[in-house]
Amino acid sequence: MLLDTVIFYICAIFAVGGAVMMILQRNPVASVMFMIVSLIAQAVLYVQLSALFVGALLIIVYAGAILVLFLFVIMLLNLRGERFEEERPKLGLTTKYGLAIIFFFEIVIIIKQTVFTGSISQSPITVASDFGNVKPVAELLFTKYLFPFELTSILLLVAIVGAVLMAKKENNDKGEQI
Amino acid sequence: MFDFVKTVLIAFPKGFYTTFKHLFKKPVTFQYPKEKMPMAPRYRGLHYLENYEDGSERCVCCGLCAAACPADAIYMEPAENEKGERYSEVYEINLLRCIYCGFCEEACPEEAIFLGHEYEFSNDSRDSFIYTKDQMLANRPTKEKPFKKIIRKVRRIF
Amino acid sequence: MSTVAFLIASAVKVTVIVTVVLMGVAWATWLERKLLGRFQHRIGPNMAGPYGLLQPIADAVKLIFKEDIVPDKAEKVTYALAPIISFIPALLSFAVVPVSDTLTIFDQRIDMVISDLNIGILFVFAVTSLGVYGIVLAGWSAGSKYSLLGGIRSSAQMISYEVAYGLSIIGVILLANTLSMVELVEQQDSLFNWFIFRQPLGFVLFVVCAVAETNRSPFDLPEAESELVAGYLTEYSSTRYSLFFMAEYANMIAVSAVATTIFLGGWQGPILPPFVWFAIKVFFFMCFYIWIRATLPRLRYDMLMNFGWKVLFPLALANVMVTAFLQRL
Repeated sequence: MLLDTVIFYICAIFAVGGAVMMILQRNPVASVMFMIVSLIAQAVLYVQLSALFVGALLIIVYAGAILVLFLFVIMLLNLRGERFEEERPKLGLTTKYGLAIIFFFEIVIIIKQTVFTGSISQSPITVASDFGNVKPVAELLFTKYLFPFELTSILLLVAIVGAVLMAKKENNDKGEQI
Repeated sequence: MFDFVKTVLIAFPKGFYTTFKHLFKKPVTFQYPKEKMPMAPRYRGLHYLENYEDGSERCVCCGLCAAACPADAIYMEPAENEKGERYSEVYEINLLRCIYCGFCEEACPEEAIFLGHEYEFSNDSRDSFIYTKDQMLANRPTKEKPFKKIIRKVRRIF
Repeated sequence: MSTVAFLIASAVKVTVIVTVVLMGVAWATWLERKLLGRFQHRIGPNMAGPYGLLQPIADAVKLIFKEDIVPDKAEKVTYALAPIISFIPALLSFAVVPVSDTLTIFDQRIDMVISDLNIGILFVFAVTSLGVYGIVLAGWSAGSKYSLLGGIRSSAQMISYEVAYGLSIIGVILLANTLSMVELVEQQDSLFNWFIFRQPLGFVLFVVCAVAETNRSPFDLPEAESELVAGYLTEYSSTRYSLFFMAEYANMIAVSAVATTIFLGGWQGPILPPFVWFAIKVFFFMCFYIWIRATLPRLRYDMLMNFGWKVLFPLALANVMVTAFLQRL
């Protein structure tokens, strides 16, 4: 349908453009804002694929919580960009361009293997109509991928405990908080 | 923990009930320019000068009020009329100096000057706060001030 | 239904709901001032029109004609964007709230909801979680320390309370076995099927977190007048200020509508038409908001954080576990 195509291209431009602008911005707060734009556009793309649940999670978890924390830290430290000038990692020009070229070719290979071989356009992968919704995601998560899921939760638990330990104030001899 | 449960289960509903009770009480607001608060009988507001019943002035310009005034707000110039009676040709009160203590009305032997209940005399120029005799004769209230009796009583004692 | 008819119906629904919500926002300010006045033995606004009913219009005209001041130190673009960013999410969450039963006009069945998403509740939470950006960016971009403190406080507060906010409705989702707002309402067909009776703790937690999410008293720390001047609003004036103001009240109405839908049976009710029941329930929820403001004093910041993480969060978790256990039984 025409409307779908139009929405897809608008969101795709915003998603990619937001990501590019995020890297190019010198002001960290502006970077975070472009990242939010990119994430919201990605969420809309998920919704277009009728994966509403994944789209909503993307916004709730990333745009709603994690990036707020990013902003929070940036605001607390009051970073305004200029200070990064001297602290940039000193990579040699060869390394820089070498890495860029390697990544570029990786992307080219991926695109070539998917789009131009015709594997997508000719034989669209058929998915269930409720693909990416709550029930299928939950079923996969709690049956097939239960072990990785539990591993991830343990990893997150360790991270939380570590964060609490680091944030905890130490007591001096008299038991007062320093 | 127990305190917390007590707060939630007892103190919170109590507080909400209190505010809810007050929702249905009559507002205490006075709609000021429309309705005014009743004044205390001894309230000391804007000064006014009294006349005798025949329209002649009570004030004889004796200067006792000016002498009693702690703020030095009263200025007067005496004169004599054709019958040889003393009267004040100029009688001015600077309301910006006046502290509304009411000593002038207590000092007056002729019961000529009183402090009324009027308090709305704001203005935007300083000169307009020097009230002349005509202005003070004009703003005499229609109802007699009950404070007159109190003054007479006080005078009998001292 | 054809695509064109669908588009027209949606456009009409969106227009009607946005208009009603904006009107509601305007007269919610009136309701708040009037009710708060009566709680404090005052009369409240009564000069503009009968019972002061035209007061919102007078306020709007006054705010629009005020000078729009932009501080020298402000980040101009963000400063201009922040009020809009905070206002739009407040309106968006109405997209999934069913205001009435399905209507039948000219043999056409019209759903009285803009979009019946099968993840309706999650959409509401996704949109609410975006609302914090308006406040944070407003606080940061104004270039004033009071604004910055207000912004930092609000981001910390909203992240903390969002966790318990989300968990508080999981009990309902477990019982209802659906995420769609329309199905939730259809399940609450009799009074004792309302989720407020089946999930009382969940409802209490939801209300507390909702008050915190909308930055209302007693959780109005981001704009604590006594310490932070006006928090993130300090440097704002004119139309931009009024946008923040409207966002706050639109959020209140949105939360009331969502609470009505999830816990109070939505449009369900006897005799009266469904949308009247919906309006009545939302109205009483708004009044409850104001009642809370008239009763409770503002929390201190550390108390707020302790309350969020040490009381609400464990209670919400316990609620989810107990509900899941009972559901499985």
